[in-house]
Amino acid sequence: MIPEEEIRRTDPDLSRRMDTGGIIGTGLGAQAGVELGLEPGGGSGGGSGTGPVARSQWQLFRRRFLRHRMALISLVVLALLIVGCFGATFFAPYSKNGQDLLLGPVSPNGTHWFGTDELGRDQLSRLLYAGQLSIEIGITVALLSTILGTAMGAIAGYFGRTTDQALMRFTDLFLIVPDIAILALALAYFGQANITIILVLAGIFWMGIARVMRGQVLSLKEKEFVEAARAAGASPLRIITRHILPNTIGTIMVDATLAVAAAIITESTLSFLGFGVQPPNTSWGKMLSDAEGYVGTSKAYLLYFPGFAILLTVLAVNFVGDGLRDAFDPQSGRG
Amino acid sequence: MTGLDPLLVVEHLSVEFPTDDGALHAVDDVSFAVMPHETLGIVGESGSGKTVTSMAVLGLLPTRARVSGAVRFRGQDLLGMREKDLEKIRGAKIAMVFQDALTALNPAYTVGDQIAEAVTVHNQIGRDALATRVRELLTLVGIPNPSERAEQFPHEYSGGMRQRAMIAMSIANDPDLLIADEPTTALDVTIQAQVLEVFGRIQERTESAIIIITHDLGVVAGVADRVMVMYSGQQVELASVDDLFYNTRHPYTAGLLASLPRLDRRADKADRLHRITGQPPSLVFRPSGCSFHPRCPEARIGGLCTEVVPELREVAQGHLSACHFAQDIFGVERVS
Repeated sequence: MIPEEEIRRTDPDLSRRMDTGGIIGTGLGAQAGVELGLEPGGGSGGGSGTGPVARSQWQLFRRRFLRHRMALISLVVLALLIVGCFGATFFAPYSKNGQDLLLGPVSPNGTHWFGTDELGRDQLSRLLYAGQLSIEIGITVALLSTILGTAMGAIAGYFGRTTDQALMRFTDLFLIVPDIAILALALAYFGQANITIILVLAGIFWMGIARVMRGQVLSLKEKEFVEAARAAGASPLRIITRHILPNTIGTIMVDATLAVAAAIITESTLSFLGFGVQPPNTSWGKMLSDAEGYVGTSKAYLLYFPGFAILLTVLAVNFVGDGLRDAFDPQSGRG
Repeated sequence: MTGLDPLLVVEHLSVEFPTDDGALHAVDDVSFAVMPHETLGIVGESGSGKTVTSMAVLGLLPTRARVSGAVRFRGQDLLGMREKDLEKIRGAKIAMVFQDALTALNPAYTVGDQIAEAVTVHNQIGRDALATRVRELLTLVGIPNPSERAEQFPHEYSGGMRQRAMIAMSIANDPDLLIADEPTTALDVTIQAQVLEVFGRIQERTESAIIIITHDLGVVAGVADRVMVMYSGQQVELASVDDLFYNTRHPYTAGLLASLPRLDRRADKADRLHRITGQPPSLVFRPSGCSFHPRCPEARIGGLCTEVVPELREVAQGHLSACHFAQDIFGVERVS
C-alpha cells in the first residue's frame, strides 16, 4: 500500500494515470484501464492481452438485453405506443372528442381506419388519446406499488419479530378487504381525479409484492454474505438496500411488469363499473366498457381495437421485464 | 508475552441458547487474550464452540443467544456496546473472514464492487481512489490482473481466488484484528498453503493480529503463535504452539495429536490411526465433572474426573490446562 501512496505524492501525473481504470462506474473508465494495461500497486499481473476480456457491468447488461429478441421487439413496440399516444396531438387524424352524429358508427375504412362509434368519433384518435391515461396509470401504479411493497416486505422480512408481525398483519388487512369496494368508496370520497385512481390502485396492488419480498428477504438474510456484510460493519439499511435487494431484482422486475398489466386491466374494470375515468376523458378500459353492448354484433370492432391495445401493451411490458430480469442476472452467462 | 497491552481480552465468556430441553451451553466460561500482531489458533472439533466464540466477540449472535462474561477490545467493552457503535468497529477494527467464500460473497455484485463496498461502509473516498484501493487489495492477496478480475462476479472465480477475495474484503480497512473462521477448510491443500501464505503476508504488511479458527492442527502448527484447544464449549488447553505440540498437558489434545497421520512414525500393529473413542457430549446434558472424562483414557473412575469440573490453571509458564492430572500425566511423557 505504501509504495503506491508514495508514487502518488511524488508524481501526480502518474497518479492520475493510475486512476484511469475506474472499477465502480460505468464501463468507460475500466475499459481504458484495461487497454492501457496498467497494473498499479505491484507487478504480479500479466497486463492486458492475458486472461479473459473484462467487460463492464453496463456492457454485459446491454449485451444480454440486446440478445433477448422478444424484449427488444417489445421495447420498440412499447416506445411506438408511448410516442403515438403521448404525441396524439400530432398523430391523431381527428380530435379527441370530435363528434359526427350524422355519420354514426361505421366499420373500419379508408378515412376512419379503426371505424367510428355511435357518436361518430374516430376510434383511432380516441384510442391514441385513451392510451395516454392507460399507460400513465399502468406505469405509475406499478412503480408506486412495487416501491411500497418492496419496502414493506424487505423491512418485515429483515427485522422479523414484532416489526414483521405488525407489517404483515397490516398487509393482511389490505388483502382481505374487497378491492372493488375500497376502490369505489375511495373514488367516491376523494373524487375521480386521475391521481386518485392511481393512488387507490397502488394501494390495492402492493400487498402481493410485499409478501413475496418478505419471503425472499427471509431466506436471503440467512445467507452468509449478509452475515459477512454485518461483520463488515454495514448498517441494516445498507444491508437491505445494497446487499439483499440486488439479489431480488428478478422478482421485483417480474412483479412490476405484472402490476403494469394488472393496473391497466383493473382500471378498465373500474371504468366499466362507472367508478373510473369519467367522460369526456377516456382510457382503453373505458372504451371497452363503452363498447360492451356491441359484443356479438357487426360493431364488435369497437371492442377489438382497445382490447388489442391493452393486450399489446401488457405483452410488451412483460417481455421487456423478462429481458431486464435476464440481463440483471449475473449468472445468465456472458455475451 | 511482553509488557504490551492485549488487543482483545475475553473473560469468562459464556453463550447459551435456550432449547426445549434446557439451555444449550455453546460456550462455557472461556477466557483468553490476543496480543497485538499475534496469531492465535482456536482448535476443536465441530460443535466445540469455536465459531460461536468468534461471533460473540463481534456481537453477531442471534438475539436469542444469552451471552455473559466480558469482551474488551482495546479496553472497550464490546458486549454492552450499542449496535450503532459496534457497526463502527466491525469491518474497520475487527474484521472477519468466512469459511465458505462462495456463499459469503454476494452473487449480485462483481468482486471489485464488493471490495469497494467494504471500504465505503467505513470511508467516504472518491471513485478513482476507491478503484485504486480495490486493485491494491486484490494485488496484495495475490490475484493476477486485478483490473480485469475486479470486473468479474464471484461465480467466475475459482475456490482459492474467492477465498482470497474474501480476505481482500476483510482487510479493506486495515483492521487491528482479523478473525478467520475456518478460512481454508473448503480448499485443497495446495490452495490452502497459498491462502495461509496470504495471511502471513498480510500480517507482515498490516501488522494486524489474527485469530484463526480451524479443526486442522496442521494449519495451526504452520501459522499460529499460540493455540487454544476447545472441547464441548470449554477451553481445555491454551499454550504456545510449540508447547502444545511437544509438551501436551491435556489428554484431549494428546488424543487429537495422536490421531494425526504421521510420516515419521511407524503405523501400529493394526495399521490404523489412533482415534478418540466415543462421541462429543451433548451441549445440553453435559457429563458431570470433566466433560471429557467419558472418552478420556486417563480418567480415574470414581474420582475427581467424574465429580469435579477441572479448573483451567497454569501448569507451566504460559501454559494453561483444564485437567486434574495435567502434572501427573504429562510431566514426564512426551507425545512425539
